[in-house]
Amino acid sequence: MKRRLQEALLTGPSFFWLLTFFLVPTLLVFFLAFRPADPYGGIGAGWTLETIKALGRSYYLAVGLRTLWVSLLTTAFSILLALPAGYAVARAPERHRKTLLMLIIVPFWTSFLIRIFAWRSLLHPEGLVKKFLMAVGLAGPQTSLLYNTGAVVLVMVYTFLPFAILPIYAAAEKFDFRLIEAARDLGARPLQSFLRVFLPGIRSGLLSAILVVFIPALGSYVVPDLVGGPGSEMLGNKIAQRVFVDRNLPHASALAVVLILAVVAPLIAIVLLRRKEKPGVILSEDA
Amino acid sequence: MGEHLEFRGVSKRFGAIQAVDDVALEIRKGEFFSLLGPSGCGKTTMLRIAAGFEQPDKGRIFLDGQDITELPPNKRRVNTIFQSYALFPHMTVRDNIAFGLSIAKRPPDEIEREVAAMLKMIQMEDQAGKKPEQLSGGQKQRVAVARALINRPAVLLLDEPLAALDLKLRQRMLIELDMIHDEVGITFLYVTHDQGEAMSLSDRIAVMDQGRVEQIGTPAEIYESPRTSFVAAFIGDTNFLEGEVTSIDGDYCAVRVAGFPDLSCFNDKGLQPGNLVYLSIRPEKIQISRDKPLLDSRQYNALPARVEDVIYLGSTTKYGVRAEGHRVQVMRQHFRFFLDEKPIRWKDDAWIWWHSDDAFMLERYSRGDEKLVGLPPEKVGETQ
Repeated sequence: MKRRLQEALLTGPSFFWLLTFFLVPTLLVFFLAFRPADPYGGIGAGWTLETIKALGRSYYLAVGLRTLWVSLLTTAFSILLALPAGYAVARAPERHRKTLLMLIIVPFWTSFLIRIFAWRSLLHPEGLVKKFLMAVGLAGPQTSLLYNTGAVVLVMVYTFLPFAILPIYAAAEKFDFRLIEAARDLGARPLQSFLRVFLPGIRSGLLSAILVVFIPALGSYVVPDLVGGPGSEMLGNKIAQRVFVDRNLPHASALAVVLILAVVAPLIAIVLLRRKEKPGVILSEDA
Repeated sequence: MGEHLEFRGVSKRFGAIQAVDDVALEIRKGEFFSLLGPSGCGKTTMLRIAAGFEQPDKGRIFLDGQDITELPPNKRRVNTIFQSYALFPHMTVRDNIAFGLSIAKRPPDEIEREVAAMLKMIQMEDQAGKKPEQLSGGQKQRVAVARALINRPAVLLLDEPLAALDLKLRQRMLIELDMIHDEVGITFLYVTHDQGEAMSLSDRIAVMDQGRVEQIGTPAEIYESPRTSFVAAFIGDTNFLEGEVTSIDGDYCAVRVAGFPDLSCFNDKGLQPGNLVYLSIRPEKIQISRDKPLLDSRQYNALPARVEDVIYLGSTTKYGVRAEGHRVQVMRQHFRFFLDEKPIRWKDDAWIWWHSDDAFMLERYSRGDEKLVGLPPEKVGETQ
């Protein structure tokens, strides 16, 4: 009985916090999606399905698909870069590992917005990258490095890379590298032993890395807003427009519901995948 | 036959530690060859050099006359049994065993046939679908053996494969390994710090210490005629007495040990008067009796001693006696214990004696000496 009370006291505050500031607002968003908007930016009376139906327009389908595509690309590039990085840090001599991890984390000390503006000036038509590419003949004067999907993916990969490296490193650090030797001993080339022994060995870290990149990427708003153009808008931008420009909260809510469902679906899929593998393992155990 | 796996002047240094120091070894085809030595003697480094996980700083390695020093591990016709087995945890027993063949892109029906044969050999047909974590230590070991042997390596490298097993299982796996070696007829290079394992399995043993090979020979050669005091102390128990050669008499010589009459000893190393030696006598070669034995003093050495402790071990009894200040271990096999006129007890006066051929002299040159013989004489017999 006393234990129960202790548990309740310990978990109570965080439970209350999540209930008030996460679950209730999320439910509010769900409800708002079924309310009509009034012309002054408020909520009208009664209930309606019109907003939900409006999401069926092909226009939204395009934005939704683009959001998915950009997020997938971001995830793929981040993982491709994070795998060798995490591997290298885990195999580095122990006294160097802390330094290497610090180097990965240090960019966080600068504001996210400032780092994006730094990219803007780098990619700017008068910026360093553009000038360099023109000098080596890889870009003409008309090539635009900013305000397109490429720029969005580039900056998003830059933003999310550390989040992908850390769980992969955490899993790789626990990996028994003698298994790689065993694979090499049995005839595997370096790449074969990487694919057939190392990747399955860090499976859970890999899944965590995919999750922590893909889910926030789906909800991106700032990056496409600042370095993207009209052709690279994502769902996050649309939601912001509905709130700030159209002042149509129900419409914004309906889009947010779609986004939430899109985020929850892969989450549930991965939880189920892991449960099949090891019963009772909770999501981000080694993230 | 000729050499099969050959190390030629191999050296390897890790930072300040000279792990392997100019080692030359020739291992014959089909041989069960052991590298035996204390931890840190360089035996595992030798194995890793043979497998291709480490590059030697100096020297070359040859397999069937071909220089394989530069070959990566996957190109060498050698396979390793790791101390931890290193089974792939995400694969079943079957997939683990099939790994080598599947990497080599062999046809599926051939892989299936070979894996089935291996499973049969290790008697684990009914465990093929299990993951390594569901297996016992002995089973993991067998899977590791099968996973290596399925590739039909020219040499099988074994890195203390029994160290992780408990004593009973170790003895059983020892017999199994021996049977597998007889069955497949490939060369085994076996690394161990356990002299019992090495003695019972090997055709030949190389005893290593501090990166060097101290002696290469059959188990009997190494036990009965160790070349250095390190080998004598590391393999089995032995008594060390500090002495000096005083005179030569044919094949025998007289050795003076402080406090003793001159001892007669077979002079197999051709030592000269004045040479400082350690006289080494295995405890089981020394006899003990209550009365002075009537023996030819040219062939036998007999000394009065006082029994300081008696440890009854069932099949044998271990006596610790002191003779003229020297502590001597005596091991006595019981043939007819209860029929002995009167057992020798603690604090009894007794005689110890041994045949001149059963002691061997070791020069005081090997680098292990200070460590082993510098101990007070009381401790020497007890270091093992």
